[in-house]
Amino acid sequence: MLKNRIIPCLDVKDGRVVKGINFVKLKDAGDPVEQAKIYSDGGADEICFLDITASNENRETIIDIVRKTAKECFVPLTVGGGVRTIQNITDLLLAGADKVSINTAAVKNVDFVKEASKKFGSQCIVVAIDAKKVLGNKWEVFTHGGRNKTGIDAVDFAKKVEENGAGEILLTSMDKDGTKSGYDVDLLKTITNSTNIPVIASGGVGTLDHLYDGIVKGGASAVLAASIFHYGEFKIKDAKEYLNSKNVSVRL
Amino acid sequence: MNVTIVDYQSGNISSVINSFTEVAKGKVNLEVTSDINKIKSCDKIVLPGQGSFKSCVDSLHKISGLVDTLRDFAITNKKPLLGICVGLQMFADVGYEEAETKGLGWIAGKVSRIDNQNGKFKLPHIGWNEIEIQKESKIFKDIKNKSHMYFVHSYEFIPDDKSVISATTDYSSKIVCSVEKDNLFGTQFHPEKSDKIGLKVIDNFLKL
Repeated sequence: MLKNRIIPCLDVKDGRVVKGINFVKLKDAGDPVEQAKIYSDGGADEICFLDITASNENRETIIDIVRKTAKECFVPLTVGGGVRTIQNITDLLLAGADKVSINTAAVKNVDFVKEASKKFGSQCIVVAIDAKKVLGNKWEVFTHGGRNKTGIDAVDFAKKVEENGAGEILLTSMDKDGTKSGYDVDLLKTITNSTNIPVIASGGVGTLDHLYDGIVKGGASAVLAASIFHYGEFKIKDAKEYLNSKNVSVRL
Repeated sequence: MNVTIVDYQSGNISSVINSFTEVAKGKVNLEVTSDINKIKSCDKIVLPGQGSFKSCVDSLHKISGLVDTLRDFAITNKKPLLGICVGLQMFADVGYEEAETKGLGWIAGKVSRIDNQNGKFKLPHIGWNEIEIQKESKIFKDIKNKSHMYFVHSYEFIPDDKSVISATTDYSSKIVCSVEKDNLFGTQFHPEKSDKIGLKVIDNFLKL
């Protein structure tokens, strides 16, 4: 039976791990390579780096981090942030990333998703969707780390990226991100029910119960969290043991 | 011992290189190449594969003499070869990803899309799943039944002769996740991404 994945996410800015609240306030949380190694040794099912600097002049920094991490961590490594061109993807994959996550560039031009998945295979193309609730059960896609409104409906967009070859969707609720009040379960449920590719839940985890909700109530195939792991509140092992005790299958 | 990872410009093989380098450290001489002469003279081959069946087969054929060299190595000379993911799938006669494409024809069978029961199972099959060992395999030495391995694929290899199957995994049905036929080894899962247990599979292959 396929196991539900737990993915610690390391938001990286200028070579350091940071974690913001609602995408804005940043706090230093350490060296990315060291942290990735701790997570991998601790049983993380995947590691995710999100480069939130993502300006062109700093691309070498994240590539160097990926290169070092990939030599020490033998679990899948996903890297996102500023992925805009086929060359960006090639560079990250050559450095040792297994998947790349595309956000703004996918919204601007969904053909980029198609081109990338055709060239590298769907297995390494993750589309990151940042969604914010507008009214009732409607969510809108935002880009540029949550700064820009697009007017695009999140459900329509999720279906569209699936059709264009995305292998997974990394779904972040911007209303919840950094709040520690739990995932937006309605958003998750809506997207997991409208698509046939795995969805990774992101944004809002504050307790282990939230991970349970993301999987069981939201239908996510994987749960991503940052701050609950970074500041030592919980270890990956705690999360897995908790989920296992509640009959959610995980890799122990 | 000289081991070659075949670099035929298809997909991302960095992880394969990293993991084999880690395990081979100080024990095995590892080379990443598409040089026919080097491939001919090595002791073992690793054939990775990412992307579609068609794109991988096409890429193999783009390198002049590579397919014949691999065949001589694995089939005529019966030297150990490990195919990973699409590298394993290409052992088949035919694959149906993108378009019907002829495989290497080393193990009779076909590669078809996983029957996901009308969307009941999400595809790709991504993540950690347990392997169920079906027969003793040299690459599973000291690996427990039900160990977790990392998978990413939407297509499965269906061999005609079921006796080549060394392990299956449960995802909508029993999917073939590894084969062993004489000197030919293949894993649908990614040992290079399967943590310490995956490195053990690599170690077993290198120690053959």
